[in-house]
Amino acid sequence: MRYLPLTEADRAEMLAVIGAATVDDLFADVPAQARLDGPIAGLPLHASELAVERHMTGLAARNLSAGSVPFFLGAGAYRHHVPASVDHLIQRGEFLTAYTPYQPEIAQGTLQALFEFQTQVARLYGTEIANASMYDGSTACWEAILMAGRITRRDRVVLSGGLHPHYAQVVRTMAKFTRDVIDTRLPELQAEPDDIALISSIDGETACVVVQYPDILGRIPDLAAIAEAAHARGALLVAVVTEPVALGLIEAPGHLGADIVVGEGQSLGVGLQFGGPYLGLFGCREKFVRQMPGRLCGQTVDAEGKRGFVLTLSTREQHIRREKATSNICTNSGLCALSFSIHMTLLGGEGLARLARINHARAQAMVARLTQVPGVSCLNDAYFNEVTLLLPRDARDVVRALAERRVLGGVSLGRLYPGVASLRHGLLVTATETTTDEDIAIFAAELEGVLA
Amino acid sequence: MTAVNAAGWRPAIGEAGDAPPAVATMSGDRGLMLEEPLSFELGAPGKCGVDLDEPEGAPVAGLARFLRRQAPALPGLTEPEAIRHYTRLSRQNYAIDLGPFPLGSCTMKHNPRLNEKVARLPGFADVHPLQPQNTVRGALDVINQLAHWLVTLTGMHGVAMTPKAGAHGELCGLLCIRAALEARGDARSVVLVPESAHGTNPATAAFAGYRVESIPATADGRVDLAALKGRLGPDVAAVMITNPNTCGLFERDMKAIADAAHAAGAFVYCDGANFNAIVGKVRPGDLGVDAMHINLHKTFSTPHGGGGPGSGPVVLSEALSPFGPLPFTARTADGVVHLVEEEDAEAMGHAQGFGRMSAFHGQMGMFTRALAYILSHGADGLRQVAEDAVLNANYVLRSCEDVLTAPFGASGPCMHEALFSDAGLADHFSTLDVAKGLIDEGFHPMTVYFPLVVKGAMLIEPTETESRAGLDRFIASLRSVAERARAGDESLHSAPRFAPRRRLDETLAARKPVLVWQGTPGVPGAPALSEIGGS
Repeated sequence: MRYLPLTEADRAEMLAVIGAATVDDLFADVPAQARLDGPIAGLPLHASELAVERHMTGLAARNLSAGSVPFFLGAGAYRHHVPASVDHLIQRGEFLTAYTPYQPEIAQGTLQALFEFQTQVARLYGTEIANASMYDGSTACWEAILMAGRITRRDRVVLSGGLHPHYAQVVRTMAKFTRDVIDTRLPELQAEPDDIALISSIDGETACVVVQYPDILGRIPDLAAIAEAAHARGALLVAVVTEPVALGLIEAPGHLGADIVVGEGQSLGVGLQFGGPYLGLFGCREKFVRQMPGRLCGQTVDAEGKRGFVLTLSTREQHIRREKATSNICTNSGLCALSFSIHMTLLGGEGLARLARINHARAQAMVARLTQVPGVSCLNDAYFNEVTLLLPRDARDVVRALAERRVLGGVSLGRLYPGVASLRHGLLVTATETTTDEDIAIFAAELEGVLA
Repeated sequence: MTAVNAAGWRPAIGEAGDAPPAVATMSGDRGLMLEEPLSFELGAPGKCGVDLDEPEGAPVAGLARFLRRQAPALPGLTEPEAIRHYTRLSRQNYAIDLGPFPLGSCTMKHNPRLNEKVARLPGFADVHPLQPQNTVRGALDVINQLAHWLVTLTGMHGVAMTPKAGAHGELCGLLCIRAALEARGDARSVVLVPESAHGTNPATAAFAGYRVESIPATADGRVDLAALKGRLGPDVAAVMITNPNTCGLFERDMKAIADAAHAAGAFVYCDGANFNAIVGKVRPGDLGVDAMHINLHKTFSTPHGGGGPGSGPVVLSEALSPFGPLPFTARTADGVVHLVEEEDAEAMGHAQGFGRMSAFHGQMGMFTRALAYILSHGADGLRQVAEDAVLNANYVLRSCEDVLTAPFGASGPCMHEALFSDAGLADHFSTLDVAKGLIDEGFHPMTVYFPLVVKGAMLIEPTETESRAGLDRFIASLRSVAERARAGDESLHSAPRFAPRRRLDETLAARKPVLVWQGTPGVPGAPALSEIGGS
């Protein structure tokens, strides 16, 4: 077998060194009745690289890839152009096949990259500090809520109706077990986000208010006003950013008063990958550092006084604190954080801003063309690269019909909010720098055909 | 003091307190030992490695009051500069591709490159999680095929595929248990965890709302069955057992533990971090396990990537399967694999699921890699994986137990990892010195100071992908370092000397945390690395 270096002669000689007659003697502690005496029946036996590649290629061919058709999906996962050098660099074995940097003297590559990543996230978010990544945006959002509870010692959580419904589901699921009280609402199909209703829900028991920016319908909530209201009642503002490229164009949540900023980092460097692996970004005020979840990389010096980097403040973490840890997280999204960081390094802050302006311009072109389709209007006054279109009929059916015409035409609100009648005519559509005029023209023509 | 090496040299690295080698270069680099500044110190504002044309027109009017005043203060690099920066950084890392990475409990095995290739097929890598199901049948089939393998290899009933790493899987398992208990109106408050458990076990149990109580170990490094039985009662929700355990030993009494837990109304969670030792040799389902996470990034070879991403599917017993999270895949009688989300959970017979753990459907990029690995090995190859992993670990154990103390060496063979302690090292010599000495020998050290039940623990997991010649080289170095630590070779205290950095000041890092770069792009002032270092 191509991945197993021991020869039969090796095995025999090693057994002799060990003093065992057969390899099964080494499994003597497994109760005999539970030991399997051969390969498990019903499962195939080993296969060549050629055969496995053929099998996997066959499975891949049964999916319609985003790049092969006009594509307009977003809703928490965005298709951006990733420079070729990103994927090349993360496949260097020294990055790909290293472990968590527990031995810092021989892991400075990973550690310095994490330090750079933390700096990039903090400057993107406008927060003082950031950690070395979480699993994804949705789990980072829940961890931020837990952290707000530890800081405020309160257990009531107010979720904006503009929070991604899957994120809200994760929060509601976890809160069933922690007994946090979740005040949640559905979005309403209006141009303005529900900032005023949200502010009126904040009370003296509220640990935090959680606001997505831009929100699930593509609208931009007024974070400064919400932060002010939250702080007046001793609550924290948790801002959630599912599209980090937006922060090249709209103000960073940390600059608007958000205490904790979390989100999805997938847009930069990672790709769609059918939902994972992605990476959670997590930034906050420095004074909260000891309540943060996840790994932190810090600067220090070595025995010769040279600058170096280590994992630090690990007394927050499970391997030291066990049941008193701030989180149970262990493995995070190291390689995805590296991808994000390389892409961000290639862009630089000004490149990111330009990329954001391009995204917005492509969305403007998309909106201008699609709203010419009879019966179609756009909900949003303000948006980044994603808007909610209002269709004359159920958007789920439209999305399915478009797919049959080889157009991946957005995400219906019916998919995200099944059974909510008030939202079923809503269609989320996104344009990025990858969206061409031809894509938009085809989408408009096919949409017109489906709606006719 | 120590044996000579093949070249006739006696390994000893100078005396303690020796000045560092008197080598100073203008650049701070030394041949192929390359220093590298932070990207921010290299870049200049406005520099960019991506060609982007400024768009025409102004943003929509409604956006005016939200516009960012200043772009993030992050300098960029052009492509050649970026390639060089990260390539130079990469050379400061140890990796499996360079040599053995024998971290116990981490299963650092070879990462096959076929897996990387197939994961990058556009049909997997360039597919959106919310595409209509008819456009992603192949992706759903990947999840379903992998699920079938995991369930069959473990002899379990169902599997939750969405957990994003091992600890997330533990949480999934405990939430299933809690949901099952609450469904029968039997809220319980305590989870029992052995002292030798991974730190994630008690952290997860606490996260899920349980009080954690410790179970003692027997003198031979296993769960004390009598003590466990004595503690079981109507308040105990679950027992969390790692099997093989973190001492590298199989829990012989696993079935008896499970039977006792079940008799007391509790569930059995198995930490599957060490599944590599038994895959294809024994099925946890046959031992009474109710839930077990599988780290695809350990047993099934998906790369660790310097700390993730992982993937932690959880196999579930028949009793727990109804409570698993959403979404999941299900194959209907017509052979079509469906993605079951909130709206059709009830119709698909899953009304009792505990909810959603993360936004989408799990770590698809890890599923494709793991499935390619599993299909490559097949049922026969996976069995050989476990056998070779256990053989390699026992070979290390028996080849070093005369120079390092093996606390459980006398109780029989180990499983996939060999455990040593610092007993027998000279005064003032510790496990840390052995680890740092191994770095100078060109190896990544073993897991140190874990499990906590053994003082100065050294946990060595070679995995099945080490050749015998490679193991012999590692053993020779470990023996040499161990002999030096036993003899009190002071030079070990200043190891490592040949790594990109000497021992780092972790106390300073924690006392005055510097977590982000504080400089301003393009503004000189921060000293370059060669001014700080360059000894």
